Amino acid sequence: MILVIPIIVLLLGGCSCWLSASKRFVVCRWIALVAMLAGLVVFSSLAMTYRGGVNGTAWLIDYRVNWIPAIGISFHIALDGLSLILQLLTYFLGTLAVLCSWTEIRQRTGFYFFNLLATIAGISGVFIAMDLFLFYFFWELMLVPMYFLIAIWGDSNRRYASYKFFIFTQAGGLLMLLAILALYFIHGQQTGAYSFGYFDLLQTTIQPSAARWIMSGFLVAFLVKLPMVPLHNWLPDAHSEAPTAGSLILAGLLLKTGAYGILRFVLTLFPEQAAAIASWAMLMGVIGIIYGALLAFAQTDIKRLIAYTSVSHMGFVLLGIFSFREIALQGVVMQMLAHGISTGALFLLAGMLKERLHTREINKMGGLWTLMPAMGGAAMLFTMASLGLPMLGNFIAEFLVLLGTFQVNSTLTTIASIGLVLAAVYSLRMMQSVFLGPLAISGTYRDLSLREWVIIAVLSCSIVVLGLYPQPVMDLVKAALNNIIHHSSGGI
Amino acid sequence: MQQYLFLIPVLPLAGFLLLALAGKTMSKRAIAFTGTGSVCVAALIAILLCTDYLSGNSGNAVYIQSLWQWFQTAELAVGLTLRVDALSLVFIFIITFVGALIHVFASAYMRADRDYARFFACMNLFVASMLVLVMADNLVLLYLGWEGVGMCSYLLIGFWYETAANCRAANKAFIITRIGDTALIIGIFLLFRELGSLQIPAILDQAPQRFSSGSGAITTIALLLLAGGMGKSAQVPLQTWLPDAMAGPTPVSALIHAATMVTAGVYLIARMHTIFLLSPLAMTVTAAIGSITLIVAGCSAMVQTDIKRILAYSTISQIGYMFLALGVGAWSAAIFHFFTHAFFKALLFLAAGVVIEYLHHEQDIFRMGGLKKQLPLVYYCFLAGAGSLAAVPLISAGFYSKDAILWYAYSAAGGNAIFWIAGLVGAFITAFYSARLVVVVFWGDRKTPVGSPPGRTMTIPLVILAFLSITAGFIEWPHNLLNVHLFSEWLGTVLPATSLRGGHPPEFILQIVAVVITLSGICTGYYLYFRNTAVLAQWKSSRFPAAAREFFFSGWKFDALYNHLVVRPFLFLTGINKRDVFDRLSDGIVTFSKQFNRSLSFSQNGSLRWYVAGVLIGILFIITIQLIL
Repeated sequence: MILVIPIIVLLLGGCSCWLSASKRFVVCRWIALVAMLAGLVVFSSLAMTYRGGVNGTAWLIDYRVNWIPAIGISFHIALDGLSLILQLLTYFLGTLAVLCSWTEIRQRTGFYFFNLLATIAGISGVFIAMDLFLFYFFWELMLVPMYFLIAIWGDSNRRYASYKFFIFTQAGGLLMLLAILALYFIHGQQTGAYSFGYFDLLQTTIQPSAARWIMSGFLVAFLVKLPMVPLHNWLPDAHSEAPTAGSLILAGLLLKTGAYGILRFVLTLFPEQAAAIASWAMLMGVIGIIYGALLAFAQTDIKRLIAYTSVSHMGFVLLGIFSFREIALQGVVMQMLAHGISTGALFLLAGMLKERLHTREINKMGGLWTLMPAMGGAAMLFTMASLGLPMLGNFIAEFLVLLGTFQVNSTLTTIASIGLVLAAVYSLRMMQSVFLGPLAISGTYRDLSLREWVIIAVLSCSIVVLGLYPQPVMDLVKAALNNIIHHSSGGI
Repeated sequence: MQQYLFLIPVLPLAGFLLLALAGKTMSKRAIAFTGTGSVCVAALIAILLCTDYLSGNSGNAVYIQSLWQWFQTAELAVGLTLRVDALSLVFIFIITFVGALIHVFASAYMRADRDYARFFACMNLFVASMLVLVMADNLVLLYLGWEGVGMCSYLLIGFWYETAANCRAANKAFIITRIGDTALIIGIFLLFRELGSLQIPAILDQAPQRFSSGSGAITTIALLLLAGGMGKSAQVPLQTWLPDAMAGPTPVSALIHAATMVTAGVYLIARMHTIFLLSPLAMTVTAAIGSITLIVAGCSAMVQTDIKRILAYSTISQIGYMFLALGVGAWSAAIFHFFTHAFFKALLFLAAGVVIEYLHHEQDIFRMGGLKKQLPLVYYCFLAGAGSLAAVPLISAGFYSKDAILWYAYSAAGGNAIFWIAGLVGAFITAFYSARLVVVVFWGDRKTPVGSPPGRTMTIPLVILAFLSITAGFIEWPHNLLNVHLFSEWLGTVLPATSLRGGHPPEFILQIVAVVITLSGICTGYYLYFRNTAVLAQWKSSRFPAAAREFFFSGWKFDALYNHLVVRPFLFLTGINKRDVFDRLSDGIVTFSKQFNRSLSFSQNGSLRWYVAGVLIGILFIITIQLIL
């Protein structure tokens, strides 16, 4: 039950934001903040409770009520270490998303916060839904409000970007719906009991030929979200046109639902088929790492640049997942967290720059360190995180992924390592053309305000803690990952 | 002593944190006190550690302190564990002691700078990272320090970030060393796959059992580690970043780009010596790269006119000597050269910094001159450093370390005549440009107006370093002269003794040859740049020497080569695909459906005649089809 409360709070909070805004729009941001913090508190306390894990099972909490029993749909949510850590990330970044929209959004504020909270509610639901119908429900719930966030509060090219985002993800989502239905009917015909339950469907034995198609349905939906090259091109547009909080949620959370989906559903429901495509998937991951990095280097729009670094970073996730190694999977989880924090922070900084300079063009920036040393220092930290400097979380992630996959496929891993050099190339270019070099603008600009300083400080601390003491996270997700590996081991 | 181990890297780290977070609000005094004090206290602890090591249980003493479990999963366990043995102690001593002197120097030298706090924050972070590098008990922690020093080097090269060239130099340094670092980390992956451990002692223990000598896997690992070392230590072909790195403040060049960070490669190879000993090929490659580098960089040092670039090329060249020594298996000789080099090269850089400041930021040596009278103390210190660099026999520290390397280049198990001759050529070149430097900068007539002489905060570190540049060599004598081998005995617990091959001539003969060559190098420099400068002018006007000078001056055209081979193709490749070819693909789908939509909606135009015609054409079409079939 405790799992449902944060989602309900978010949805109720969202509605009251919308309603209250017509009278006093200042109220609604406080409502939004409290709703997010409530979720953060709930999951933090859960993380404290379960940090040692529960003996014998990966599942920490299981909550289930019938929803539409006639066709086997239940409201079934469950929490394991993987879900828990992703929930923490969700509410953490959600809180920051509210904080960073504090003054940025001046029109239709209530509706804005409604969409923001609904998106977070959807993401939060995706990470715990254990009924495929419910999963699909949450999957759509996070998509539609996100579309509005881009389409209404986005930048100049927002219509194009929001359409593209919607069509790409919706096309993937529909394929997944087909796959879910196929799975549902096959399972029903086999056992006579029709059910959308994840744990029921795990028991299904499917003809290999059919299984391959059904898996593809799931996989496409998740790979679009992840994203995998060449399904990635909704991402640069959506990220660069979205408002700051939108970029933060897109990069920090939405991409993670793709990775989560592959881990939770593709690997366990279709172990043989996943193993069969493993080397291809790893290859695509490596291509993503290199291709994203090359594209990132060429961009002159700062948000587009950061967006392409996401493509590169998520390549590591794809590479790691399909190695089926515990070390690599730990790296994948770490990458999901560290990328969420570091790239989220970079988007926030880009948003702050845009607020001050009214441009995203890095050729019009330069030498900003002189004016804003605190922001420059923060940008340096997260740039270093993004290029994988040890001491910071991203290094642990990339190191574990590469170390784990090296044992499976040393050639691909070696090529992927080139991404480390390329990461340095694009990151330093960004740093140089924005903050270093001769001062390119005139006028006075404020350095970080107190609110911005707090946001950045919290993110900085998190990325350093992840880099120096990642063990609690790894302990928390260990059982869940082993469970996934156990289910998929039939395929190896 | 063991429980205080963590203080050595943590003190400078704390200094960094304090300066980075509160530096803006601190007075310059407080900044200098924090920045310098933290390193000085670390140096004191390091000295205490050395005396502790010497006094009692120096048998096989290793200090270990485990801080916390960094990360642990499946078969992988990595701890934040510090491990200090004799080899680490040498490095810790140099890093903290020379580091402290340079910090003291810098507290006066950088006084006028706007970003005083940022400077000391970066310097402290550098010292902390470098200490972690040499104190790491596993390769991941080593890599942490390894990347940390790279980042600090980047931050400090680009310290004066408002000049675009400085930032470019910083980027270049970071990226080129990152290439080496990536090779290193692939080597680490390979080691883990083969041995299942990342603990350095475990690796060194298991490697001889797991690998047969000269097997493919161990050679690959050794070469990857070597590539990592080459990047950080600026060995050919990854040397091009170091001369440009002189864009940073001079104390940075002294500490990072001369005394400590650039020798990280030497440390890595010495630390992993068991791996290299198992691969004769990798050893030979190491020695060959060292010999090539020492000549390539030496030639460039001969013709540079910027005092810092001369010293930079000289640093590359001297590290080449260390690699040569490592490659022939003269482990302790390599570390000994690191030891003496740290003193005299730091001294030379600091003295050069004083000169540059004194002449209002003039770096061209041919616009200096006559400083012997104005700055006598600096002159004598510089002379001690240059003498040590040139390896003046018996009275300079550099002689003792370089003599050992030259001797082993010929006589050690991996040595041969070619390496020896390369070393001798390098010795001649080194002596030549050292003499040139002293003569051109300090002798002759004054050419540039001077500023105010340096204060005591700057001269005391110079004097201490000058003293050590002369005397540091006395702890290790050539075998045939005096039976004092404190340094190699000190390292004997960690590094294997150098084995000699048979059939080499007596040490005495080789020494005489080396001494003659060194002295003739000094004399040539003196002759060409002081006694008879006409010869040089004549050479400059004739074609071939001028072309050769130009070639050496540009660093053997490596930059141009990489520009054509890597940079331009990369820019071209990323440039043409800036708009993302896959985006065109999805846009193509959009265009197609729009076109399709347009042509279909064209048919539905509300005109009755149009519809009737359509119906008729349809009927005709169906009838025709039926008739044909």
